[in-house]
Amino acid sequence: MLLYALRRLIYLVPVAFGVSLLVFALVHLAPGDPISAIVPPDAPKEVIDKLKEYYGFDKPLPVQYFRWLAVTLTGDLGTSIGTGRSVATEVGSAFGNTIILAISACLLAFSLALILGTAAAYAKTRIVDRLVTSIALVGVSVPHFWLAIVLVIIFSVENRWLPPMGLGPENATGWRLDWPHIQHMILPTIALSVIPLGVMTRTVRSTIKEILSMEFVTALQAKGMNDRQILIHVLKNAAPTCLAVMGLQAGNLIGGSILIETVFAWPGTGFLLNSAIFRRDLPILQGTTLVLAFFFMMLNLAVDIIQTTVDPRIKRG
Amino acid sequence: MFNRFRAAALGLGLLAASAAPALSQGTLRIGMTAADIPNTTGQPDQGFEGFRFTGYTIYDGLVNWDLSKADAIADIKPGLATEWTPVEGDATRWVFKLRQGVKFHDGSDFDADVVIWNLEKILNDKSPQFDPKQAAQARSRVPTLVGWKAIDKYTVELTTRIANSLFPYDMSYILYSSPANWEKQGKDWVKVALQPSGTGPFKVDRMVPRERLELSRFDGYWDKARVSKLDKVLLYPMPEAATRTAALLAGQVDWIEVPAPDAIPRLKQGGMSIVTNKYPHNWAYQPSMVEGSAWTDIRVRKAANLAVDRAGLNKLLGGLMIESKGVVYPGHPWFGSPSFDIKYDPEAAKKLLAEAGYSATKKPKIKIAISTSGSGQMLPLPMNEYVQENLNAVGFDCTFEVMEWNALVTFSFQPVTGEASAKAGTNGINISRATVDPYSAFMRLYHSGFVPPRGNNWGILKDPKLDELIDKAHASFDRAAQTKALADVHTYIVDQAYWVYIAHDLNPRAMSPKVKGFVQAQSWFQDLTTITMQ
Repeated sequence: MLLYALRRLIYLVPVAFGVSLLVFALVHLAPGDPISAIVPPDAPKEVIDKLKEYYGFDKPLPVQYFRWLAVTLTGDLGTSIGTGRSVATEVGSAFGNTIILAISACLLAFSLALILGTAAAYAKTRIVDRLVTSIALVGVSVPHFWLAIVLVIIFSVENRWLPPMGLGPENATGWRLDWPHIQHMILPTIALSVIPLGVMTRTVRSTIKEILSMEFVTALQAKGMNDRQILIHVLKNAAPTCLAVMGLQAGNLIGGSILIETVFAWPGTGFLLNSAIFRRDLPILQGTTLVLAFFFMMLNLAVDIIQTTVDPRIKRG
Repeated sequence: MFNRFRAAALGLGLLAASAAPALSQGTLRIGMTAADIPNTTGQPDQGFEGFRFTGYTIYDGLVNWDLSKADAIADIKPGLATEWTPVEGDATRWVFKLRQGVKFHDGSDFDADVVIWNLEKILNDKSPQFDPKQAAQARSRVPTLVGWKAIDKYTVELTTRIANSLFPYDMSYILYSSPANWEKQGKDWVKVALQPSGTGPFKVDRMVPRERLELSRFDGYWDKARVSKLDKVLLYPMPEAATRTAALLAGQVDWIEVPAPDAIPRLKQGGMSIVTNKYPHNWAYQPSMVEGSAWTDIRVRKAANLAVDRAGLNKLLGGLMIESKGVVYPGHPWFGSPSFDIKYDPEAAKKLLAEAGYSATKKPKIKIAISTSGSGQMLPLPMNEYVQENLNAVGFDCTFEVMEWNALVTFSFQPVTGEASAKAGTNGINISRATVDPYSAFMRLYHSGFVPPRGNNWGILKDPKLDELIDKAHASFDRAAQTKALADVHTYIVDQAYWVYIAHDLNPRAMSPKVKGFVQAQSWFQDLTTITMQ
């Protein structure tokens, strides 16, 4: 197992290199000039040129890329041209906030999906199955930013039950596990969890339904096992497929929450990316995207390793 | 059982009460449109919203803005300088007398050395305190400043490249941070940003990047008439308009910048007041004036100005604009007395186009570079589509080159003859302009010496008579003569219909009924010191 994990880690090196190249290229392909976003519209050309030189944007792109790569390999992601702060510090604090939200959304979505998906697969009446399928369909179809606004209108504007924005109450710095902070998390968590809830519910339902039709389940029933014992076997067999989808969904939650974080002014990586896009803060854009891509890669690796542990039949070359 | 339930309910109630924010009467919470806290080290970024909230709150200029009146355009007034005059016989040298007894928030003194230190901070790359980030914001504000020296402890002499009577306006954008605080923060501007020190009416208590900026009243402020009535001001970055609206309606903030027009009825229904006022903003089409452009014919320019149904556009925006009649609005001291009345008259527009030789088969082709959003751009897509309909209805063939805001700003760095415009085939651009001072209203946009990259005369307008009028205004050192000269400039520009003037924004902000005593000045900047919370 250790050898397998090491081999997979080595495979990640060329992938990481490719990712860094892709991130750099995409960020630089976008129209607009990073310096024009930080100077007033009538800034003289000599000021713009001087700043380009100061931040190294006057160099050819390959030179800029290798300079950035060299800095990145030391763990320093450079300096934000928008704020002058260290990109690593900015991304670090934002990433922590995003992870908090992603974990809560994952917990909500995956636990509900497991219950609903299993219930639908086992449902003896069509109504339950149809109801669960409809919930899943709504989950994958409803734009989550729209749902976020609707939730805010119902729970914050019309009834002042929950706060509509921010990480926590006034005068608090950073996130803490207490009720005032949890209140701020409830609406973004619900909004963020709808898509993975829909996807996972469908996955769990179809996987379990497929397994239930397999011969070994009939054999288990013939052996006299009760439903609970059979369910454990079924879930164990469904785990690899569900884990793979869960890994992808968890990655999406971390990387794809720009809209939700913007609607709820949640200071995570999505909010940071939004601000960086508008300010053409290339170091922040590159740093955040790279960290998210690396996290996605590590998450996939972790899921692969867990899958092989759960199901030894999965042989990896 | 019932008692246990009651005890639990009481416990929850206490918990909720303890979780509720404990605000004093004097805390104002503002939702900004910025996605991050604007720079706090002295020269704010993020446009004039930055100046509004982290500029003139924490800092002062030698020259400040008088933001006390709602019924007159805001003008400059003494700030950290008590007076300024050009040296007799040499109009390129200015003497500024500094205010005595001014203290920074950190307790250090303000004097001539501080002024020189701050100018070196933005204009001398070799100085240890040079900050490229602040320099980027400030240099374009003082295009003619070339020399500075201290005469004595409370007098400085500043030298301009050319005689510039409007130099005091330029100096209103240069704000002064504490050298002692910079030393204390290890000569690191990033650390200064977290614990800045200025001379302004508010000091910074805490800065949480991307979350909030906490300001509190500076009791030692030098202008006793402007010592804040508020205890605290909390500033939140909220780039999404729906978030700002929800936060205000939910009582999480007391004031939001730029509510979306379609949210106004809901805000009013929720008991919020919508505060608007005129201010120096101009939403117009800047045309190409190079040979071969349809816009070089004054009849075409006048026709376009007469084709736009501004009242209809205002209805579309929920009444949040003024129908434009020039660079500045009627009633402004520089408006003058133009003979060409910019109004909606499609028949006259059709007639002018016919006189210019255009017909249904030969339409003047105009292609305007526009943005999808952007600072001061109001609602660019629906507004432009509306104007397009108006223009095409009288016989224009109007199309757009649509781009993202930052791309449009970059696009404007080259004149119309540049590669970007040539490639896009555009002969007009729609970038809203702040017309705060005479340089930003006229010189940079209409003077032939200010074609990009030096200025913003994107369409390469070359009119020697207009240049002469603008130069005359810049050379008028008598205030009344200067205002008259600027009115002459404006009269001439409108009579020539040099741009297609469409709208002036009304600077809307929504606030809770708890906010009292706010006077919305006719300015991009506002004074928060007069406010109290009920």
